[in-house]
Amino acid sequence: MGAAKLLRFLAARSVKAVIVVLAIVVFQFVLIRLAPGDPASVIAGQSGAADPLFMQQLREQFGLDRPMHEQLLIYLRDMATLDLGFSHRQQQPVARLILERLPATLLLTGTAFLLAITGGVALGVMAARRVGRPADSAITVLALTFYATPIFWVGLILVLIFSVWLEWLPSFGMFTVGAELSGWAHALDVGKHLILPSLTLGLFFLAIYARLARASMLEVADQDFVRTARAKGVPEGRIVRAHVLRNALLPVITFAGIQAGQLVGGSILVETVFAWPGIGRLAFDALLARDYATLLGVFFCTAVMVVVFNLITDLLYAVVDPRVEVA
Amino acid sequence: MTSPILSIENLTIGLPAGGDRANAVEDVSLAVRPGEILCVVGESGSGKSMTASAVMGLLPKGLPVRSGRIMFEGNDLLTLPAETFRALRGARLGMVFQEPMTALNPLMRVGDQIGEAFRVHGEKGDIRSKVLALLEDVRLPDPPSIIGAYPFRLSGGQRQRVMIAMALALGPSVLIADEPTTALDVTTQMQILRLIRGLQERRGTGVLFITHDFGVVAEIADQVAVMQHGRVVEHGEAAQVLNAPQHPYTRALTAAVPHGRARPAETHAPEPVLALSGVEKSFRRGGGLFRRGSPVQAVADASFTLVKGETLGLVGESGSGKSTLARCVVRLAQPEKGEILFHGTDLLPLGRAAMQPYRARIQMVFQDPYASLNPRRRVGDIIAEGPVTHGVPRDKALARALELLALVQLDAGAMERFPHEFSGGQRQRIGIARAIALEPELLIADEPVSALDVSVQAQILDLLDGIRKRLGLTMLFITHDLRVAAQVCDRIAVMQRGRIVEIGPTAKVFGAPEHPYTRELLDAIPGKAWTPPLEAA
Repeated sequence: MGAAKLLRFLAARSVKAVIVVLAIVVFQFVLIRLAPGDPASVIAGQSGAADPLFMQQLREQFGLDRPMHEQLLIYLRDMATLDLGFSHRQQQPVARLILERLPATLLLTGTAFLLAITGGVALGVMAARRVGRPADSAITVLALTFYATPIFWVGLILVLIFSVWLEWLPSFGMFTVGAELSGWAHALDVGKHLILPSLTLGLFFLAIYARLARASMLEVADQDFVRTARAKGVPEGRIVRAHVLRNALLPVITFAGIQAGQLVGGSILVETVFAWPGIGRLAFDALLARDYATLLGVFFCTAVMVVVFNLITDLLYAVVDPRVEVA
Repeated sequence: MTSPILSIENLTIGLPAGGDRANAVEDVSLAVRPGEILCVVGESGSGKSMTASAVMGLLPKGLPVRSGRIMFEGNDLLTLPAETFRALRGARLGMVFQEPMTALNPLMRVGDQIGEAFRVHGEKGDIRSKVLALLEDVRLPDPPSIIGAYPFRLSGGQRQRVMIAMALALGPSVLIADEPTTALDVTTQMQILRLIRGLQERRGTGVLFITHDFGVVAEIADQVAVMQHGRVVEHGEAAQVLNAPQHPYTRALTAAVPHGRARPAETHAPEPVLALSGVEKSFRRGGGLFRRGSPVQAVADASFTLVKGETLGLVGESGSGKSTLARCVVRLAQPEKGEILFHGTDLLPLGRAAMQPYRARIQMVFQDPYASLNPRRRVGDIIAEGPVTHGVPRDKALARALELLALVQLDAGAMERFPHEFSGGQRQRIGIARAIALEPELLIADEPVSALDVSVQAQILDLLDGIRKRLGLTMLFITHDLRVAAQVCDRIAVMQRGRIVEIGPTAKVFGAPEHPYTRELLDAIPGKAWTPPLEAA
């Protein structure tokens, strides 16, 4: 794949991505309009004073008295400069709120993601190589269990076992409050707090990857080119690594791309269960408090993330599979 | 006579319980000598491929070798430890498979795949230059660029050359070729056959060549073994088996090979049924939101006339546009330009509703009898569906379906069964019954016998010919097999890259071809020097 071709592909796809994001922003704008009452009445309601003059002032202040298309243009301009609005509830700009919470979420979802992919693929390969034998059945049953169990329940059980009974791991938060650790000790502390939530979040996907990888390995193992490799005298271990696994990973990558898109938005439940100070919690709190500005900010952030990871997946696919034309 | 390098002795391979016979291969003995090509020929299910797999140690799991030996270079392959056998595969025993499109790893460069054969057998040194020399040997154009290419960039013929290069990389003493040219076009097939022949003679390799095609046998075999139901029924020198077959099955098989002689010309009233003029159809390849794909001309300026009762053969290689042209006639594809006159009415501008009455009058029989019937519907319903759609009451259509089954020589019990319960030949009979259920005037047969064994092929061709005569059908017959075309067509149109390059009476096209491409096609018919003997009564 030539560098020029890659750049052209990136340029074309970026234009498409911008169009998608633009559509999302317009959709958000419509969404705000659909909510009962305008922001002025919300603020007025929250501050407890709602005489018509004050409302009028607020509307002028926020530009709510201007024509709709002008409002849309202003909204678009704000979004383009990453001005996501102001949370009156938290008395902070939404962008700053999100930026503060983003690292915690990425740490959690990223760890869960890696855990799911590596663990899932490893289990899937092991099962496929021992198809029909006890190890295969054990892995299949385990994967099915994780797949079928609700996430919050897995979380609660893990807390019960490792925090309550064994007292090995902390059950909530991101670090020990008041310990004032720094450097490696802090990292270790965060690591300990990370284990249970990332396991909880990752196990479901781990199960999916295990099933996907197993099925895919078995399918590829039956294909003609594997027989060709065998006829060539390639040793069994190398057949699995160089011929079967590489081809079997393609559907796994497709699914990983979908999961990666949810890295920001997909952890609301787990963050709430484990009191993890991330975006998910932020969204959840905003929802309860009817903090539309924050909620839409999270929505926007999540949407952009999905678009970006789709792009990355496509690129990765083109690198892994030479048949996919980046054009 | 030199002693054999590979000898299969009394080999019996079992089938799992519940199969249609006890053993896949029964008491088979074959010998391959250095520098000699042994062709094992038989129809599908005869056990020929299974025998080849056993030699390579690539038998599917669950098929036990019940008895026998496979002696190769002093060892019985069947008793070798797995690791010792692996070291022989690819080094002393090479194998080429049928389907070149799927036989190469799509994610690995061609050079790496050939190089792998060297590496796994412990070869050191300049592997790249060895691979280049091999690519040169199998006459692939521009080896330095092929070495870095992925398989999808290569055509079927080129991939098969890569497979041959890979199989011959370490100079094996035996090459096993399992239908290596079956999936290829006729001109490519001839090139590959010549290549195998040339390399094998130069290197003194013994070849075990599996095929179903007697033409191919006639082209390259030194020795021939004929297999039926897992047994070798006849074995001998090629000339002997081909020209004076002893076993009744061999005689039946050779008699079923299309003889390639033009049939006596029939005279037809000059009443045009179908007249095409200047039909053009192109596709776009690739492209997306911001870029139009590059156009591919599938059919260019096609014109011909079909008169009532006539059979016109449309021949050409894959990608020549013959199927697209047929699809244009039945409006499964929409041409950009031209006229398609059916009894004087141009079909092209007709909308969906206006086209409807014509749909019944033009019917199609498709190539793949496995894929072209709905697996979830009963045969009776499949046949009756067309008439019912065109307003015939259901019970009447079903009664008619029963008659049609008799016409295509299937018994009445077929009505209630599903397509998967039938063999390929039977399914094609169902396909024909389905097409004629609408009482068409024009029947378009798109490679109707290409997926069938030779004896079944002969039966279906007979059936089609009988029905055509009885119902006075006009037929457009598409095929890549020139022998078949000669047998069934009054006139032949030769297509190349979307264009009809030659059209004329069958005897003339075969006897005095005018276009160089027609001559090339005729030259590429395998075993054209051999005329199948007529079956002694």
